[in-house]
Amino acid sequence: MIKKEEILELLESNAKLTVEEIAIMLNADTETVREEIRNMEGNKTILKYMTLINWEKAGEEKVDAMIEVRITPQRDTGYDTVAERIYRFPEVRSVRLMSGTYDLAVFVEGKTMKQVANFVSTKLATIEGVVSTTSHFVLKTYKQDGVIIDDEEEDRRLVISP
Amino acid sequence: MNNSWNDKLSPAVKAIPPSGIRKFFDLVTETKGVISLGVGEPDFVTPWHIREASIYALEKGYTMYTSNSGLLELREEISKDLSGSYGVNYDPRSEILVTVGVSEALDLAMRAIVCPGDEVLIPEPSFVSYAPIVSLAGGTPVPLPTTMENEFRLTPEQVEKAITPNTKALLLSYPSNPTGAVMDRKGLLALAEIAKSHDLIVVSDEIYDKLTYVGEHTCMSSLPGMRDRTILLNGFSKAYAMTGWRVAYAASNPDFIGAMTKIHQYSIMCAPITAQMAAIEALKSGRPAMKRMVQEFSRRRHLVMQSFKEMGLPCFEPKGAFYAFPKTSVTGLSSEEFAEQLLQEEKVAVVPGSAFGNAGEGFIRVSYAYSSDDLSEAFRRMTRFVRRRGVFPKKVIGPGGIDFVQKEGICQNL
Repeated sequence: MIKKEEILELLESNAKLTVEEIAIMLNADTETVREEIRNMEGNKTILKYMTLINWEKAGEEKVDAMIEVRITPQRDTGYDTVAERIYRFPEVRSVRLMSGTYDLAVFVEGKTMKQVANFVSTKLATIEGVVSTTSHFVLKTYKQDGVIIDDEEEDRRLVISP
Repeated sequence: MNNSWNDKLSPAVKAIPPSGIRKFFDLVTETKGVISLGVGEPDFVTPWHIREASIYALEKGYTMYTSNSGLLELREEISKDLSGSYGVNYDPRSEILVTVGVSEALDLAMRAIVCPGDEVLIPEPSFVSYAPIVSLAGGTPVPLPTTMENEFRLTPEQVEKAITPNTKALLLSYPSNPTGAVMDRKGLLALAEIAKSHDLIVVSDEIYDKLTYVGEHTCMSSLPGMRDRTILLNGFSKAYAMTGWRVAYAASNPDFIGAMTKIHQYSIMCAPITAQMAAIEALKSGRPAMKRMVQEFSRRRHLVMQSFKEMGLPCFEPKGAFYAFPKTSVTGLSSEEFAEQLLQEEKVAVVPGSAFGNAGEGFIRVSYAYSSDDLSEAFRRMTRFVRRRGVFPKKVIGPGGIDFVQKEGICQNL
């Protein structure tokens, strides 16, 4: 019996793995693995295959900010309607409902600080139901999605050892 | 005059041949752009929680000697671990000794039990240090060749046959470095019976116990009547990726452990305290990280087996450790020739099987403690190399009775 979780774990750590490679590693039938993956893509268990990129290394300037957003929940839909109006913007990378002193943690990406600030003041803050926003610009990313950005721990083993 | 210094050396040391790995190591370091599959340690760095615990211990000033036997807390954790994993109980106060790696533990065991002229049976291919350590202790190593056909297991018959009035001990190491072979409970029970009927001591190096992928590891000392007859050696290097910390242990009856502790207290004093503190953390909360690592090895193991199948090198299924031991004699080359030419032509480093005793001739040791990317690239190169030596995968009979050669996913008509 092939475990879905094992396929997902492998793909989560390396989306480049082929169906054949996954089948070999899990000692499973290739067609079964292909079928499982197709099913999980169909029911949106697997949302997307992505690549984690260090844009700074690519010479690309980007500005990220985390915006704390406080909102007034709406009757019937709670936070969802306002959240949707926010997450539909392509500038918004992620939106999460938080416990604590604010409601939504909104991650915004832009080319320049001015662009991000402009987006917050003209688009985000003006949405009906948004009570206040507090912007925090990202100065440096150390680790993202479980990956250490500048990991200096290379393979230091001797080339041959008993 | 310079030559005379050599004359002053102990004949016992001079008689020991230099390590077969050492020679090859120099060759590899001289070559640039090498992908090495020659390493006998995990490619994982020690899990952070273990390193962090050790840093904390340093900050708190744990920088002194410990008792000769090692920190009592560590011995208690070891005792708990052995009792939990294998149901075998050791008194942490008199039956466990913390050592500087299994290598030291093995040396102590041999020095404690071997009398001049005693013979120690060692299944081969074996770890490089076994025979020299027996010799240095004044004993005679007696190699018992094991074969690929029998999955490098030791048979009771060959042990029976090798026993003489001088046989003192049987030195076992399963899962095995370099072959990746394991012994199941039934096989070990048969060896245990022989040990009991011939009054042999079993020294069991079980450093790879946690890295068992098929079936469950059986601990020698957990078998009926074997606890006191066995000197159990284990440590933290492989299961917790802690090779450089040099911390391990021996467990046995109080007489053996007492004698080993006597040697240890005069030659070593105690294992380093920072490493012992790290080992405590490993035993207390290292299981999840260890499980993840073992799972990763297990996946790569399948990848490696499949690669050798496609390559056409016969390889038995290694069920433990992180090595494969394919048969390279089909290329017509000796182990050393294969390893040297593979290094020169394709810049892939493997260890010649002959480094692990005569029984390893005709094989190479391939470690899969590498990322799957490195492994894939190394196997691509190795495949090119063996093709040039005329090695192709075994013929399979295709549809309609036509001979096909299955090669990297495509079928070619012969």
